[in-house]
Amino acid sequence: MWEFIRKQPGQLLYNSYQHASLVIQAVVIATVIAIALAVLVLRIPRLAGVANAISAIGMTIPSFALLGVLIPLIGIGWQPALIAVCFYAVLPILRNAIVGLQGVESSLVESARGMGMSQARVLARIQLPLAWPVILAGIRISMQMSFGIAAISAYVLGPGLGTYIFSGLSNIGGAGAVASAVTGTLGVVIIALIVDGLLVLLSRATTSRGIRV
Amino acid sequence: MSDTLTQSELSTAGADGVTGVAIDLIGVTKRYPGQRRAAVEPLDLHIPPGEIVILIGPSGCGKTTTLKMINRLIEPSAGTIMIGGQDATRRNENQLRREIGYVIQGGSLFPHLTVGQNIALVPGLLSWDKKRTAERVDELLELVGLDPARYRRRFPRELSGGQQQRVGVARGLAADPPVILMDEPFGAVDPITRQRLQDELLSIQEELHKTIVCVTHDIDEAIKLGDRILLLSEGGHVEQYDTPENILAAPANDFVADFVGAGSSLKQLSLSRVSDVELRKPTTATVGEPAAEVLDRAQAARDEAVIVLDDRRRPRDWIFLRELRHQQTVVDPGDDHILTVDRRATLNDALDTMLTDNHAGAIVTGRRDEYLGVIDFTAVTDHMMATTSQAQADRDQQQQDQQQQDQQQQDQLGQDQLGQDHEAPDPEAAD
Repeated sequence: MWEFIRKQPGQLLYNSYQHASLVIQAVVIATVIAIALAVLVLRIPRLAGVANAISAIGMTIPSFALLGVLIPLIGIGWQPALIAVCFYAVLPILRNAIVGLQGVESSLVESARGMGMSQARVLARIQLPLAWPVILAGIRISMQMSFGIAAISAYVLGPGLGTYIFSGLSNIGGAGAVASAVTGTLGVVIIALIVDGLLVLLSRATTSRGIRV
Repeated sequence: MSDTLTQSELSTAGADGVTGVAIDLIGVTKRYPGQRRAAVEPLDLHIPPGEIVILIGPSGCGKTTTLKMINRLIEPSAGTIMIGGQDATRRNENQLRREIGYVIQGGSLFPHLTVGQNIALVPGLLSWDKKRTAERVDELLELVGLDPARYRRRFPRELSGGQQQRVGVARGLAADPPVILMDEPFGAVDPITRQRLQDELLSIQEELHKTIVCVTHDIDEAIKLGDRILLLSEGGHVEQYDTPENILAAPANDFVADFVGAGSSLKQLSLSRVSDVELRKPTTATVGEPAAEVLDRAQAARDEAVIVLDDRRRPRDWIFLRELRHQQTVVDPGDDHILTVDRRATLNDALDTMLTDNHAGAIVTGRRDEYLGVIDFTAVTDHMMATTSQAQADRDQQQQDQQQQDQQQQDQLGQDQLGQDHEAPDPEAAD
């Protein structure tokens, strides 16, 4: 395996970077979408059940199948990969954002309204900061999961380390096949751990000391 | 009190330093769709500037609904609310609320913001500059008895329940609003702390004279704090709106009498302040004094215990002579376990404190915790007997007056062919 890595260190680093970049971009987009949806659910409580059902059912769709569906619609390349990763990334964040926002005590919201804050200001100054630790926990789950899904997106020629896994698996028994698959897998795990560590730091930096556990 | 508040007080203060404004509810009604009975029947109410008005009644009587209609957290279905002569129902709700302090149970502080940030919220909404806001925060922390340097940067979870409630009151006062609404403000703290907070509110009100509307379910609190009490029954129906003295002495009907409860002469204890009673002055000692001298003084005065004061005359300890004999000099116990009552506390509070103390008395303090004297059981019981007999005499007198008035009114009604209702104004006149 060392030989496999030594042969193409530049290519490997580039693919790792591509993998992380795909996942992080997808999760950032997913966070924005999930929080927007959660706020909508907060305003229209009837949607809460629908949103939870969607995030539960969505998780059961095999990522392979979703990629397959996307090929005839948008072809292959980074676009279907980004869409697929984004789709799965939204689900845990949405769920946590709803729970987090609903968990903000209604007396605090009423108190803020009673002080003369508009609805938008209450959201920005009170509700989101208080729900933030829970939302961030959702983002961490989502990020971990997305690294795995991004690997599978190599199936539609998406960027990243998935290529090594697929090429390894497709000529199993051949020279360097196992090394290729294992390198891809370990690479995914290592970047996932690094990014998770960064998220922990982000969480410490962005969570108020008053609500840190 | 620092200079800035005095200035802002001057700018808004009318006669007698009253900074509050009058509130008038005219035919205010709240109906919820699908409910046959109105949550609040057409309600007319005049709240004079600078007074504390307490809304009280059984649950479901609409007291909280009425309170929240004043700052429009609940929109009235009909009627007009005038605050300081302006129609509140026609104003932008957010701007309106920034001029009305709002204090709710437990303080309801935002846990992710520091004490200072919590207090600075409304000044922030009103775009005060940073320096003015920071000065105001410190001033208010001092006003509610918290050291700004120590507490400004703390988070709410680092405070006790009583301290959180104090910050809640400071936050309600932040932008110096003429009107303050309080919803069961001291419901979440223990009785001793509650009594302290009530005393502090009264002393703050003595300085500021805001118009305060406060909801409570505790009749003792109502009697202690209220300049007037509005007693509501189900559906926001006014049973009586009067001073605590009159409600106790002359309940308007059986509902009021039942609500005030039996033993309303005991309730008179909540009307009398510690300062109404003559205080005993036992021997005192200052920290650092030789014990022998103090013993001589105490024995000459036939006292069994002496009160230890610090150099600023704040009580530190209440020590029996037999304990003092073992000491060379008078020492500071070094803790804050000593229980005292403020001179503004009610006799009821003083009795509570006496029961938890083993001296059959309570140490009374005044401004800045300065020692004033001791109140004991006999002083309270003497005062109680005196007021009870006085109240009974007053009530008999009032009943006689009432009967005479009723008689006159009936005569008048008989003559008046239109037969207009004198009790409730015509609701349509409000439109």
